Amino acid sequence: MKKNYIYNIFALFLLILFLFISNNVFNSYEIRILNLSAIYIILGLSMNLINGFTGLFSLGHAGFMAIGAYTCAILTMSPDMKEINFFLKPIVPILANIQMSFLPALVISGIVSALFGFLIGAPALRLKDDYLAIATLGFAEIIRVVFTNIQSITNGALGLKGIPVYTNIWWSWGFAIITILFMIFLIKGSYGKAFKAIREDEIAAENMGIDLFRHKMLSFGIGAFFAGIGGALLGNLLGTIDPNMFRFLLTFNILLIVVLGGMGSITGTCISAILVTVLMEVLRFLDETIDLGFIQIEGIQGLRMVVFSAILMVVIIFYQNGLMGNKEFTWDMFKKKKAAYNVKDVK
Amino acid sequence: MNFEIFIQHLFNGVSLGSLYALIAIGYTMVYGILRLINFAHGDIFMIGIYTAFYGSVFTPLPWWMVFIFSILFTGIFGVILEKAVYKPLRKSPRISILISAIGASFLLENLAIVVCGGRPKAFPIPDMFNKVFYLGNVSVVSLTFYIPVITLITLLGLLYFINKTKTGMAMRAVSKDYEAASLMGIDVNKIISITFFIGSSLACTGGLMWGLKFPQITPLIGVMPGLKCFIAAVVGGIGNITGAVIGGFILGLGEIMLVAFLPALTGYRDAFAFVLLIVILLIKPTGIMGKNLTEKV
Repeated sequence: MKKNYIYNIFALFLLILFLFISNNVFNSYEIRILNLSAIYIILGLSMNLINGFTGLFSLGHAGFMAIGAYTCAILTMSPDMKEINFFLKPIVPILANIQMSFLPALVISGIVSALFGFLIGAPALRLKDDYLAIATLGFAEIIRVVFTNIQSITNGALGLKGIPVYTNIWWSWGFAIITILFMIFLIKGSYGKAFKAIREDEIAAENMGIDLFRHKMLSFGIGAFFAGIGGALLGNLLGTIDPNMFRFLLTFNILLIVVLGGMGSITGTCISAILVTVLMEVLRFLDETIDLGFIQIEGIQGLRMVVFSAILMVVIIFYQNGLMGNKEFTWDMFKKKKAAYNVKDVK
Repeated sequence: MNFEIFIQHLFNGVSLGSLYALIAIGYTMVYGILRLINFAHGDIFMIGIYTAFYGSVFTPLPWWMVFIFSILFTGIFGVILEKAVYKPLRKSPRISILISAIGASFLLENLAIVVCGGRPKAFPIPDMFNKVFYLGNVSVVSLTFYIPVITLITLLGLLYFINKTKTGMAMRAVSKDYEAASLMGIDVNKIISITFFIGSSLACTGGLMWGLKFPQITPLIGVMPGLKCFIAAVVGGIGNITGAVIGGFILGLGEIMLVAFLPALTGYRDAFAFVLLIVILLIKPTGIMGKNLTEKV
């Protein structure tokens, strides 16, 4: 046990060292991919908590991200920038002059998103399975439509431009590590056990004295909190957001990460978040014309997404458990494999 | 608002509602049999429209032959989709099938973008559907009359098929209890294929009408109607065909009337369906025509 602890510290140290080196060596494109990976880790973990660990099939992630991104953008933009942005309809006076630094803005956007999570969860979590999925999807769409229409707060369909680009490697990976640690402790603790019990069998869990509604709300709220922070980091990385960014496709991308990594596996989600982000960029060659010297293969716009969806379909149909299933990566995986086989033989 | 404008809106609402109803029937049938939200239904709808588009642009065939061909083609496409995407997962947890359905939907959309191009195309409209009638001061396109008639004929035909024929009886049996039905000698795979065939051809019929009503087609044309028609199916009570038609009418009329009576809320038109869905789910989760089921331990 103690040895594993040392390994963990060492791995964390290696990660920070890697980030430090890459921050100085990599170009801005590669650093952006690193940032996106971290953001997708946060988003994937928050969705995995709701969908994978608690077994609530929620498709409302894009809505929470939108809330987080908009809150953070409005809180961090300078008053002059807001005036330039809101030329069709002036911004509400209360928000016009607010400007704060990144950390409090991030936390506030997480909290606002969590509040909406509770607000949406209170009615929606009485539903189950497909109904819950559709209701949460509906809420996310409603949030998007409302954001398109309340021009004096969100600037409507024009979106917000000129958001200060605060997100860098340290912000994104810092929050990613905080999220990972938080999830590990949450899942290991009594709440995590209750969540898993609800996932396995709601009725049995209720009989064991687990307050279903409270735990579901908690899981939903925490998920929404981190989704909001992820959205905020994304908004302040891209520098521009508009309501159409937060369509169902975005939720689907995160769901894809969760499914590929394995529903109910923290390490699986982290691995697949990085894998998916990198793969999305690597596959870009499909969209471009390939020159093999003697022959030119015309690139087809959009082929990347086809290949990507096809890979997903193959994974869903043939490897339903994803990379890790509901297991976690541990250092013990490298040793004691023999012992495990022995136990099997005895049985 | 005077009476004539109201009548105009009423016609619009009824024809939009019947369109929703037509597509919602497909959703509700598939759900009734497989307990699966077929997220790819909206994309089957899109495939139907594109088949008809290419058929009428590149072949000299008359429009009705093209339409019949595309309806059959889309039906077969739906069957193949089920065999390829849903059948391998039939015994897995429901969440994997749902994810598979979403995945299939995105694959079809992206394929359509690559194959057909992302640029909007104009759907050719045969003259028969484009005549304008005047009832007093109200002008109505002939298509507005055809759509509700087609929906009603389909509804009656389906009700007959499901309640009076042997295949229909088998379908009802499969939807009640999948395993017991197969023990009684019902070929479950065949029944599911038939369901998908009917559902997909209805999606295509709805798609053709949609193309005639809103003649600008893009690969993502099926997304919004797909979601809204699913909502119509849930509102009416999912698994119930009459319910789907009622839900479709409520949704179509509601949308048009919202815009007509409260023009300030025009921007919220797309949200109306989702608000309706959530209200219904909270008041009566099984929908208007659905039966209440209690979970047994």
